[in-house]
Amino acid sequence: MHTGLLASLAAFITGLIESLLGHGFAAQLIMVLLEIIAIFAVISLAVIIQVYMERRICGFIQDRLGPNRVGPFGLLQTVADMIKLMSKEDIVPEKANRLLWGMTPMLLFIPAALVYAVFPFDEGAIFADIGIGVFFVMAIMSQGVLMFLIGGYASEDKYSFMGAMRAVAQMLSSEIPIAFSILAVVMVTGSLRMSDIVSAQTNVWFVCVQPLAFIIFIIAMLMETNRTPFDLVEGEAEIIAGPFTEYSGMRWALFFLAEYANLLAAAILTVTLFLGGWQGPFLPGIIWFIIKVLIVIFIFMWIRWTFPRTRIDQMMALSWKVLLPLALFNIMATGIGIYIYKWIY
Amino acid sequence: MIKTETYQLSMGPVHPSTHGVLQVLLTLDGEKVIKAVPCMGYLHRGIEKLMEQRTYFQCLPYTDRLDYVSAMNNNFSYCHAVEKLAAIEVPEKAQYLRVIMAELNRIASHMIFIGSLAVDIGATTGMIYPFRDRERILDIFNELCGARMTYSYIRIGGVKNDLSAKIIDMINHFLSALPSMLDEYNDLLTGNEFFQHRLKGTSLLSAEQALHLGVTGPMLRASGVNYDLRKENTYSSYDDFDFSIPLGKTGDNLDRYIVRMQEITESAKIIRQALDGLPEGEFTAKVPRVLRPPKGEIYDTLEGPRGEVGYHIVSDGSAKPYRIHIRRPSFINLQALDTMCRGYLVGDVVVAMSTIDPILGEVDC
Amino acid sequence: MSYFAKIFILLIAATIFPIMAMIVPLIIQPRQPNKEKNSQYECGVDTVGRNIIRYRISYFLYAIIFVVFDVETIFLFPWAVKFNDLGLFALVEMFIFAGILAIGLAYAWKKGALTWK
Repeated sequence: MHTGLLASLAAFITGLIESLLGHGFAAQLIMVLLEIIAIFAVISLAVIIQVYMERRICGFIQDRLGPNRVGPFGLLQTVADMIKLMSKEDIVPEKANRLLWGMTPMLLFIPAALVYAVFPFDEGAIFADIGIGVFFVMAIMSQGVLMFLIGGYASEDKYSFMGAMRAVAQMLSSEIPIAFSILAVVMVTGSLRMSDIVSAQTNVWFVCVQPLAFIIFIIAMLMETNRTPFDLVEGEAEIIAGPFTEYSGMRWALFFLAEYANLLAAAILTVTLFLGGWQGPFLPGIIWFIIKVLIVIFIFMWIRWTFPRTRIDQMMALSWKVLLPLALFNIMATGIGIYIYKWIY
Repeated sequence: MIKTETYQLSMGPVHPSTHGVLQVLLTLDGEKVIKAVPCMGYLHRGIEKLMEQRTYFQCLPYTDRLDYVSAMNNNFSYCHAVEKLAAIEVPEKAQYLRVIMAELNRIASHMIFIGSLAVDIGATTGMIYPFRDRERILDIFNELCGARMTYSYIRIGGVKNDLSAKIIDMINHFLSALPSMLDEYNDLLTGNEFFQHRLKGTSLLSAEQALHLGVTGPMLRASGVNYDLRKENTYSSYDDFDFSIPLGKTGDNLDRYIVRMQEITESAKIIRQALDGLPEGEFTAKVPRVLRPPKGEIYDTLEGPRGEVGYHIVSDGSAKPYRIHIRRPSFINLQALDTMCRGYLVGDVVVAMSTIDPILGEVDC
Repeated sequence: MSYFAKIFILLIAATIFPIMAMIVPLIIQPRQPNKEKNSQYECGVDTVGRNIIRYRISYFLYAIIFVVFDVETIFLFPWAVKFNDLGLFALVEMFIFAGILAIGLAYAWKKGALTWK
């Protein structure tokens, strides 16, 4: 059977463990735990790389250098920042609801990590290839807003509270366009399983089949991940830092971690749904996957450092009056298109 | 019955986008602004009082510290008032030099405006470019008088020193690079759909309202009132130059931005003409070592980048002014904040504050 | 082990991971709380009034329409999966369904539900 690099590696390790422990529950459990560690390692490493990327790209866009002092080319800057954040005092606002307030950053990490369960990193390299993959991602991704709401509410702070309310508005705008643009992809594929969606793109990427859905998806993803044209939740010029105004030190770092984990998830989702996933000629799947994801992340960052922020009513109008009708139209057009395609062949 | 309630939110003094230590007390209904009250005084240093204890020459550095992003214009205004009071004739060359520096400083000040507006709207990159280009003006000033912010270059009776060939070269280089800089801002900001949407039709200030509030400068002209002291009440040598006054139509935020953008071009025009026609002669008049203006008072206003910079000086015939009152344009323009914000959203307050372009050193004096 | 069991283990691990991340800072961080530091942030001045208020959410009607659309999305997904097998019937049905959605959206739009109040 032809499998990717990652899957071969996993098979090798499984063989190793099974030779030690024999076939059984223990071996399976250890394998699952190893996979989970791999996922966390990917997230942590990706956050470090993304923060570095963001600063460097931002620096070059803004005609300056960005961090270049800590380590070679400033590569260790994020690590230094992490250490600094860890050693900072944990300031607990006195009026805050301590339990909810303290829980929020930890809870926020759960949906951010959970979506990685269904991402195909390479051929056969999916943690859990469940039949409702895309639906699972949509369901889990939108849980993040709950944490923002809880955090903003429990901080007992007007700016946080406003930020929490804005987070809800943001979710209201992003969910439906995302769902409808994914729907068009699902119609073409006929499956919600992530691996099926990737293998359906062997001949032609869905970005060519569904260009409109792709654009809608990218814009809605920017809303979902709170990035600049739509970073109203933390619009620092208006409401300081939104729901995480009161957080400092490691708790704030966890917000940060979740934010970049979400950005990576958005990029991976874009690549999987529209850009052919890990598929590509000559190079191994995982290399193609990394290249594509980095390009998509770069585009997200490029957008962030170019555009100004929208106003909240404008964002909702954009979502409901432009993206949603377009997405509905796209579904109808896709339906007709598929029917005509079947009728011809 | 359950009702939503209004609440009071204090924006500032420690807020990322209040341009200094300004407090704006917002009364909000959800995101909608019901009332916006600017509370000043966090940066009060008592400059007017301090000036009473200094001689006329010693007062000059205080004017630098009012509007610290356009110190030249403050120097200019103060010196102009004192000269009028003491009846000192300023040589023509000094007048030309003053105009050149005041206009250069106006460009620098408007660049700060563009940058801070961009960052308040969320376009961080839009901030970096004007600030980078402003650096070139500061280099010119640095070469000219050794200071980058508090120049004290314009002195009573003239200016501190003459232009060297190097400075003329630097100014020419800057002026030839200016159109490409403006193109860059236009590409990044003016032409951007999001940017236009944020600015268009928000914080309207009609001509009538603006006049009632005593608003001056680009803000007034954005509302469509053609009032510029450089034309209305020609001072120094502005008569010699050919330039136009850009006007807005509706008085919304976009107009205030566009007017300032166009003013940069007009200022560049003036500088070029002044450099070409730079007369020969002395750069400063003969001023007595101890200046004792005759008893009397004077009020004199000049057009600064933010509006009318006025100095009311009362002299009792001694070497120190009896009383100085300064008409600070930012202070008076800031009174329009409430009118500009009512009924708009929180995001618009920040933009309105940016387009007023207050400098808190000047507001609190 | 089924896929959902694996996801459940991931869920538990994802709950533990941030708690672990909080342990090191707990040991090394300084602790010097004082009243001013621990006060609620409101730009350096004391808060006036309550902080959690009956907030006017101007997007209330958006939220109601959102619920409608979100529920409809759930219906649309199974249909989209089986679209290829159902043939012409599904196409017509889709037109009716999406048409109802579009008309509903247009109605809400016309009634002014899609405005920020």
